[in-house]
Amino acid sequence: MSTETPPADLQREGSDSTTEKVLARDKKRYGDALFNGISVSSALMIFVILAAVATFLTSQAIPAVTREPDHTGLQGVEAAGGFWQWVLPLAFGTVWSAVLAMAMAVPISIGIALYLSHYAPRRVARTFGYIIDLLAAIPSVVFGLWGVMVLAPALDPFYRWLNDNLSWIYFFNAWVPYGDGGDLRPNLAAGGQNMLTAALVLALMVVPIITALAREVFLQTPRLHEEASLALGATRWEMIRQTVLPFGTPGVISASMLGLGRALGETMAVAMILPGKVLISFKLITFDNPNTIAAYIAQNFPEAEGMGNHQLIAAGLVLFIITLAVNMVARAIINSRREFSGAN
Amino acid sequence: MAKRIEINDLDIYYGKFQAVRGVSMTIEPRAVTAFIGSSGCGKSTVLRSLNRMHEVIPGAYVDGEVLLDGVNLYGPNVDPVRVRRQIGMVFQRPNPFPTMSIKENVLAGVRLNNARMSKSDMDDLAEKSLRGANLWEEVKDRLDRPGSGLSGGQQQRLCIARAIAVSPDVILMDEPCSALDPISTLAIEDLIKQLKEEYTVVIVTHNMQQAARVSDTTAFFNLKAQGQPGELIEVGPTEKIFHNPDQKATEDYITGRFG
Amino acid sequence: MRNDTTATAPATPAKRSAPQLPREPITGNQLPKWTWALCLALGLGIAAGILLLLGTYSLAGTFALGVLVFLVLMTVVSAAVEGPRPAKDRLAKYTVTSFFLLALVPLGSLLFEVVTRGAERFDLTFFTETQANTHLMNVELGAMHALVGTLLITALAFLISVPIGLLTAIYLVEYGARTRLAAGIRFLVDVMTGIPSIVAGLFAYALFSMFLGPGTKSGLAGAVALSVLMIPTVVRSTEEMLKLVPNELREASYALGVPKYRTILKVVLPTSLAGIVTGVILGIARIIGETAPLLVTAGYFQLLNTNPFSGPTSTLPVMVYQSLRTHGPRAEEMQALGWAGALTLIILVMGLNLIGRFIAWKFAPKQGR
Repeated sequence: MSTETPPADLQREGSDSTTEKVLARDKKRYGDALFNGISVSSALMIFVILAAVATFLTSQAIPAVTREPDHTGLQGVEAAGGFWQWVLPLAFGTVWSAVLAMAMAVPISIGIALYLSHYAPRRVARTFGYIIDLLAAIPSVVFGLWGVMVLAPALDPFYRWLNDNLSWIYFFNAWVPYGDGGDLRPNLAAGGQNMLTAALVLALMVVPIITALAREVFLQTPRLHEEASLALGATRWEMIRQTVLPFGTPGVISASMLGLGRALGETMAVAMILPGKVLISFKLITFDNPNTIAAYIAQNFPEAEGMGNHQLIAAGLVLFIITLAVNMVARAIINSRREFSGAN
Repeated sequence: MAKRIEINDLDIYYGKFQAVRGVSMTIEPRAVTAFIGSSGCGKSTVLRSLNRMHEVIPGAYVDGEVLLDGVNLYGPNVDPVRVRRQIGMVFQRPNPFPTMSIKENVLAGVRLNNARMSKSDMDDLAEKSLRGANLWEEVKDRLDRPGSGLSGGQQQRLCIARAIAVSPDVILMDEPCSALDPISTLAIEDLIKQLKEEYTVVIVTHNMQQAARVSDTTAFFNLKAQGQPGELIEVGPTEKIFHNPDQKATEDYITGRFG
Repeated sequence: MRNDTTATAPATPAKRSAPQLPREPITGNQLPKWTWALCLALGLGIAAGILLLLGTYSLAGTFALGVLVFLVLMTVVSAAVEGPRPAKDRLAKYTVTSFFLLALVPLGSLLFEVVTRGAERFDLTFFTETQANTHLMNVELGAMHALVGTLLITALAFLISVPIGLLTAIYLVEYGARTRLAAGIRFLVDVMTGIPSIVAGLFAYALFSMFLGPGTKSGLAGAVALSVLMIPTVVRSTEEMLKLVPNELREASYALGVPKYRTILKVVLPTSLAGIVTGVILGIARIIGETAPLLVTAGYFQLLNTNPFSGPTSTLPVMVYQSLRTHGPRAEEMQALGWAGALTLIILVMGLNLIGRFIAWKFAPKQGR
């Protein structure tokens, strides 16, 4: 993994040679200069592209913030009264769905990763290691299709049961007042298309990502430490708690952050499953669910025009900033991991 | 509470591969027994089979008996976890837990055993173990610093302290000095001589002078031929093995005519 | 558990009589091997009983509750017979295993449903017809337009991102190395990796509407959006591969008087070619299923559009999405096409992954396993 500094002066040495050599060198030099130039400008393209992303998005977003949000044609904008009042609930929905997904995905991923790294027979571990990598590549639109056509209807009876029996838990309460007499009626999402289903599908999408990384980290636990623990009379689980988990924690954190970034930016699965609205609610199985920024954009962009476009692009910029912040934190953790001298 | 180990006709396999064949010997308590032999002759494997650490490798199993004061380690209802608690082990390279302080390292095994000791008892036990490993004077002022900050020799003595903290009957050492400089090696060898007053000590070493210096009994392992399982060629008092061995192979190895 | 000697230890213990752990025999009670099967059967039975009593019996519910009962049962039995530590060890083992099996259920269901429902319309007309006449009942429907659109846009994205990604990686490894510019570029590549796909789509949309007027949709815009997503993947994987080329090879070449650019072209790149190709293929696999950016940039069109420079272009992922939103007399057929589209996507992605891995495995430098 050594980064090399090649002999740069090869190109420059010897200016007082014979003509032939000078000519030869010149050819060399032009070739090198040309190639160097091309590769530098490609690298600079990255900079240009990102600058372009930032400028174009910002310039297209500004009108949404500065002008009155009339005639956007977008759902919930007029009612909210302004750009920020409109984008805040969407940002909430984005973060809330991602947090729910992570709450389910992280423990399960750690469990699967531990199973594959320390419990499964070797052949099972190798086969499923591959399968998990493949699952990470399934397009999100396929997850969305399955979520809305298969998972949501399958979970619908379960949601009814939750609402009937566990509605004393705030999250599973989908009862709303009905009429004047203080009666209540269930306000369940149609066909199980609620926040919980969306979060479940998001969790399912990030599980392969987190599992793959966590498994790698767990496998890197120095054998010496594992054996030291076992030789002290630790059971397998005690050995894992004593050596594998402390060693793997930074890696698991950064893997989770990457998964969080994916869940925050995920568009299609949520857009297909959740008929979301512009509102803030922590309830999981009601008909009235908060939408996410990405899903809102996907659902409304094809029909939007004029002011609506600006508004959506501005929302996209907000999403970009949220994911950027998450990725920065992840990167910082990965970098501090590099200095972590677990190996010895 | 040192205990005697009796090995009866022990075969060790890794899957289909037989690593060791027909080892029988007795390891006396309150003495140091050294295993010597060329690389790959199975001496480390035999050592690891004494506290069932070889089972860490999938597919490994043994045939035969290892009796610890008459109780077969491979008998029914024997829990390898309990075996390892009674028979401690020190490894080739020092391996303190990097995320723990010096004191936590010493007490790591005690914590596992869930003994609800008072804090002062814990402190006493840590001190006793560190004194037992000749490390107390060097680290008593920095017990809360990470164990990985010590020198290699100190780390190895920390690992010995960690092993004796759970008061085992036997301490197995797998080339404990192979990663250390001569001065640290000397410190460990002194410590080994002390340890035998309380424990049964078994040490695998590549260094024959070391075996001669520290051990009371020496066992020589060898391969009949490449690809064949390792066998115990000869075991006896160290004095005899080094000066007047019965077997030609032992003599060749001792005098350096082999390997 | 408390040890007698420690319990009665004097307030100021002498150094010699420090506490000791209690001695335990090396044998302990152990549960027979088949205990888990018995407990699992019992757990499932108890769960079924409870659910029947409550009148909410379902197979999935029985399994979910049954596994929970099993975990509790197993832990309790083990704690009673073997002691608390083995019990905890077993709890961890069975929990971790059931997490693994739990995750397999939805993922297995997903693959099963996509394959069975997708196979229904995964036929010849799927590849030869478009959706030009969804309002007519007697015309066959297919997804040829979307497949062509996907291939076109992916090919364009490939043409844009591979040169940029490859050359950037070459700069980072061969020329930039540890310069500040290279560090900056690496940081930006990291940032780019984290761009949500819909934001990449919005960018391409904003870019094209600035120059070609608002509301412009085209395959090219889609390709630009996908390139934003693909470039960082290509840079990252290529960089890793170039770093693996041993420095001795470069030095040997310099020593022969070969100029640097020829060394890169003739020595470094060929050595790492397999790895680079794998990286690029995995990059394609990543973008070929992208939906959101294409929805925003390339739009949706029911006819074949082979001109990527103008007009909306349909793609497979977008078609899958739209299949759910279709109403009218042939909505069900459209859904079947959607499932077939999903199946095609999975086949494409899996195929690309397998090819990539095969190349990596086949041409990997031989170093043991």
